[in-house]
Amino acid sequence: MFMPQSGMRIWIGVPNGPLPLASVFAGTVSMMLRDALEMVVRTDPGVIRSHNEDAVFADAGLGIAILADGMGGYNAGEVASGMAITRLTDDLTRVISSCVTQEGSGCSDPSVIERHIVNEVGAANFAIFHASQSCAQYSGMGTTLVMAWFYDNRMSVAHVGDSRLYRLRGQAFELLTRDHSLLQEQIDNGMVSPEEARYAENRNLVTRALGVDPSVDAEVNDFDVQAGDIVLLCSDGLNDMVEDDDIALTLSALGGNLPLAADHLIQLANDHGGRDNVSVILIKVLGDYSAPKGWWQRLFGCLK
Amino acid sequence: MAKLILSMDGLVLKEIPLNKERLSIGRKPHNDIQIDNLAISGEHAVVVTILADSFLEDLNSTNGTLVNGQPIKKHFLRNNDVIELGKYKLKYMADLQAGAAASDFEKNVATRSGQLKLPSELQLEPTETSVRSNVGLASQPKAPIPGLAAAIQLLNGPNAGKELDLTKTLTTLGKPGLQVAVIAKRPHGYFITHVEGSQFPVVNGKALDAQAYPLGDHDVIEIAGIKMAFFLKG
Repeated sequence: MFMPQSGMRIWIGVPNGPLPLASVFAGTVSMMLRDALEMVVRTDPGVIRSHNEDAVFADAGLGIAILADGMGGYNAGEVASGMAITRLTDDLTRVISSCVTQEGSGCSDPSVIERHIVNEVGAANFAIFHASQSCAQYSGMGTTLVMAWFYDNRMSVAHVGDSRLYRLRGQAFELLTRDHSLLQEQIDNGMVSPEEARYAENRNLVTRALGVDPSVDAEVNDFDVQAGDIVLLCSDGLNDMVEDDDIALTLSALGGNLPLAADHLIQLANDHGGRDNVSVILIKVLGDYSAPKGWWQRLFGCLK
Repeated sequence: MAKLILSMDGLVLKEIPLNKERLSIGRKPHNDIQIDNLAISGEHAVVVTILADSFLEDLNSTNGTLVNGQPIKKHFLRNNDVIELGKYKLKYMADLQAGAAASDFEKNVATRSGQLKLPSELQLEPTETSVRSNVGLASQPKAPIPGLAAAIQLLNGPNAGKELDLTKTLTTLGKPGLQVAVIAKRPHGYFITHVEGSQFPVVNGKALDAQAYPLGDHDVIEIAGIKMAFFLKG
């Protein structure tokens, strides 16, 4: 594993780039994102469907993980989820590299990150919407989205629809997103209890999606991140088929071998029927990745 | 389409298709199902149906509403539930065919124009374009893993003779940081896989590779110097 030397300043996203002058004075050591995060991606069509309409992307160096579950007839679902991933990946890569060159330290302000996410998700939404309007075979296509952006020992989580993000911290396994679905609304207003929800037939109706309207309301939340956390992004092909307890057991038992844990989750979904495409992105936080601060910022921090 | 079968003393009186979003039950004539009996309140209960799901709500009736013998205020109806109002019974028959088809729908967007509506205001129509396949599967499979019970017994070390039932879907063995393997319980058997450590588990004298290995009755496993026997029970 890459171990930065004491006093060395790490510049996110620009390997071999020139170090800023402030690096000389930096005291705290933080790992580069790619060394602080382990990411594993798996996607599988399931046992019944022939197409895979899920699309996934993860890059530890950028600190970005994105998962989309497409919908629509013929191959339109694949087109929508594929467009969402391609657009967001390209745009966020550009945003992150420009953050680094402009500010010299990458993005570290939660409100700035949130603004970038809302803008880029909005742009991806419009691109999909435009394609569905201008091309008859794509009409009505859309996609869910869940993404996590890791920066400065935090993560910003955005989602639209019923793709989920869970976090295992110690023994605590928590769902950090709330589905934008009819079933979730029925649970919220007391029509259906969480126990009854397992038996509900209306589980495939989402109330928000990318590409169905000219604008989209992405839900963005910011969370702290600790070394040892395991974050799971998944499509409903996993959580519809596998109980949360079994997902939690898999992550805690197999957390030492992330690729095996991801394979096991896919296997569990397929063993339980595999009626839908199933995708998972697993992220393990190996260490601190606080954003490097300039000496003037740290000085200012001390005086505050 | 789901339906209710109205009966009294085992005699079927009527079959009521749940083709309305809101179906009222009561003694007064304006109800969708009128039951002219003094034990039934004027407005006794209502069944709300949204796509393939139906909900029963008691409207503060004098004598109450039972489902499967239990008094309820609000209830999410499931196939073969028996609703009791006084001496009358209503059996709920879900349309499993439609349910299976509905859950085979691709994911669908429930709102247009972005604004959220309450479920009661939603005008939902499953769109044809979203149907990919219509496989006649039961709609809530969550298949329970068949109970093929198995256990491991330690053969050496301080706990020799001790048995460990493999009840969970995953059981880890070994010492974290040194050598860990996992036994996964799957519908078609038990599989052992290497998780971490430089040494791989040994089964019947042969070291495994990274692939999952299907365990047979009386296989001998060796992990971190501890030998154990795997055996099926019952």
